[in-house]
Amino acid sequence: MELVVFSLLNGVLYGLLLFMLSSGLTLIFSMMGVLNFAHASLFMLGAYLAYQIGRITGFWPALVLAPVVVGLFGAVIERWGLRTVHRFGHVAELLFTFGLALLIEEAVQLVWGRAPVPYTVPPSLDFSAFTLLGTTYPAYKAFMVAVSVGMFALLGLVLKRTRVGLVIQAALTHPDMVAALGHNVPRVFMLVFGVGSALAGLAGVIGGFAFVTSPGMARTLGPIVFVVIVVGGLGSLTGAFAASLLIGVVQTFAVAIDASLADLLAQFGVAVSRRDALYDLWKIKLAQLAPVLPYFLLVLMLILRPRGLMGTRET
Amino acid sequence: MSEVALKARAARRGAPAWLRAALPWAAAVALILVLPHLLTTSFGRTLLTEMGIAIVFAAAYNVLLGETGMLSFGHAVYFGLGGYAAIHVLRLIAAGLLLPVALLPLVGGLGGLFFGLLFGYLSTRRAGTAFAMITLGLMELVVALALIFDHVFGGEEGIGGDRTSGPALLGVTFGSQVQVYYLIAAWMLLSLALMRAFTRTPVGRLCNAVRDNPERVQFLGYDPARIRLIAFAVSSFFAGVAGGLFAVNYELMAINSLGAERSALVLLMAYIGGVGSFLGPILGAALVTFLQVALSDYTQAWLLYLGLFFVLVTLFAPNGLVGLVLMHAPIARAGLLHRLAAAYALALLPALLLAAGAIAVVEIGYRLTIRPELGTAMRLFGVPFDAKSSGTWIACLLLIAAGAAGLRLVAPYVSARWSEALAEARA
Repeated sequence: MELVVFSLLNGVLYGLLLFMLSSGLTLIFSMMGVLNFAHASLFMLGAYLAYQIGRITGFWPALVLAPVVVGLFGAVIERWGLRTVHRFGHVAELLFTFGLALLIEEAVQLVWGRAPVPYTVPPSLDFSAFTLLGTTYPAYKAFMVAVSVGMFALLGLVLKRTRVGLVIQAALTHPDMVAALGHNVPRVFMLVFGVGSALAGLAGVIGGFAFVTSPGMARTLGPIVFVVIVVGGLGSLTGAFAASLLIGVVQTFAVAIDASLADLLAQFGVAVSRRDALYDLWKIKLAQLAPVLPYFLLVLMLILRPRGLMGTRET
Repeated sequence: MSEVALKARAARRGAPAWLRAALPWAAAVALILVLPHLLTTSFGRTLLTEMGIAIVFAAAYNVLLGETGMLSFGHAVYFGLGGYAAIHVLRLIAAGLLLPVALLPLVGGLGGLFFGLLFGYLSTRRAGTAFAMITLGLMELVVALALIFDHVFGGEEGIGGDRTSGPALLGVTFGSQVQVYYLIAAWMLLSLALMRAFTRTPVGRLCNAVRDNPERVQFLGYDPARIRLIAFAVSSFFAGVAGGLFAVNYELMAINSLGAERSALVLLMAYIGGVGSFLGPILGAALVTFLQVALSDYTQAWLLYLGLFFVLVTLFAPNGLVGLVLMHAPIARAGLLHRLAAAYALALLPALLLAAGAIAVVEIGYRLTIRPELGTAMRLFGVPFDAKSSGTWIACLLLIAAGAAGLRLVAPYVSARWSEALAEARA
């Protein structure tokens, strides 16, 4: 029971973090048709900047400053990079961001070294929020949930209730018409790319202290985020949300379950010997499989429903 | 220029078309035969074998990216699985299976083909961005599974074999590096010729059509998804051949041969060389392999330089280096190349300043963060300096600023000369 509740809590938390990344990615994709390969790298940059700024100013200013810097960086990428590559087509754009991801990973090593940096939970958040079923739930996790939920509420409000949001929504589907009405569509694109990057940066700030802040974090998280948006259906925010939570919960549960097929067979009185041809297979623990599960889900989705959970078109 | 026009020109010059087509191949064969006698050091020969493997892999990759317009982020899977198939068969050979070691690359190719059909069936249903993401996911899946099944994949240390264990064929046992070199060269030429031939078949042309306008292909009655699958299978087969060559050369396959690094590297090779032409990925593979081997002795940061170079190519030369050269073909034919020389020489100076400044910053950064035990006294381009003094940093930033400003200043001039020369060449 305790295991189930806490796995669920952690899974939802992980899912929310995934959604912070996949929402920005999806927004950018549906607007510009560009899948930003460097999105997870911006997440990493957010974590490193929060660590660096936090050493000077403390955690709370860094929580605001780091995403702002990452957002500005994103805007610069859009203005002087993507806009130049745009005329060469979508493959070139994707390749440009791919190169950028390589560069950011190397540059991060150049500045902060190859070893992880000691970016830890700030003392002001390092206490237990509540006790449930005899286990304490740390405050920083509650804080992470609060930040991501708050962010989504704000984002939803801006998109649905403000004039800027209206223009962005219109530019998603009818960029030419929006331009004809006198709006500067390229600037809207730059804004969206910047905000999307800032979201990734914010996710990095709060994800950085929960996980390890190392140069490899973009490479481990990146593919999972891409799986999320393919499973959710490219370009669908709701789909990305569902897929984020699904993958977050499934993966967290798998990590918590320390059992293998051999254990299951043992329940029925079948012992597996070391000389068994499929020994490797019987001995895999579910926890060991946890990192693979998102990709299994991807393959399953491709077989059963190629356009994804809530994708609208087959591309 | 259309093929008809090319043939007409060839006819005018008196050389039959088949001779003109055969000439580059003959030159390549001659070069391949001569090279190991020019580069007699073990370093040189290692470089050549590595280039041969990389060339096969990059050309196979280009069947996908250049010919069919499909961007894969995980093509090393087929290289690696092909290589694993080859190494397991090599172990069977050692255990008594009667198969010449020279045929191992074919085994690798069949392994690549098998997994290419299996995973391609899933991934080629989608095109474009979704396809690219799926290849990435499948690669992660394969790597993670390979780590679990370490009886088959040997984990991080990998799984080894002995290429000399097979029966000698005409006295060839592959004991020496030169014999392996010629094996790789022969398979490389064969693979390149077959891939070249594939692009000339109706299916190969349909691949181009799927790249350019899939909707129209559908209207003509073909299934684009099926053509993508065919291209994927062909590409996986030759990637597997490259993997098989790798297995014979190193007698070792490890998990990193099917992971992200190798996948990224082949993409960089093909794209830097130029995916628009058959020659581009070949030259790109040779160049990147050379840089990899040559630069990694001098600097820790060669991946950073490679990434930087790649980003510059995506920004300014979408057809790669070969595309840049081909751009000058009409001007060269009109004999106007010398007009551009002055403009290019003028642009070279700020470009060199910028590059020097950037290289200095990167090298200083690496020294300070990754090799601090070597101290702060450094030497770069023959200039000694202290990595921590503010003067050094100011000098670097000045170099970068001067280079960037210079390039901005010269760019309009170069572009104007270029347009002039092109207009005159066309007139």
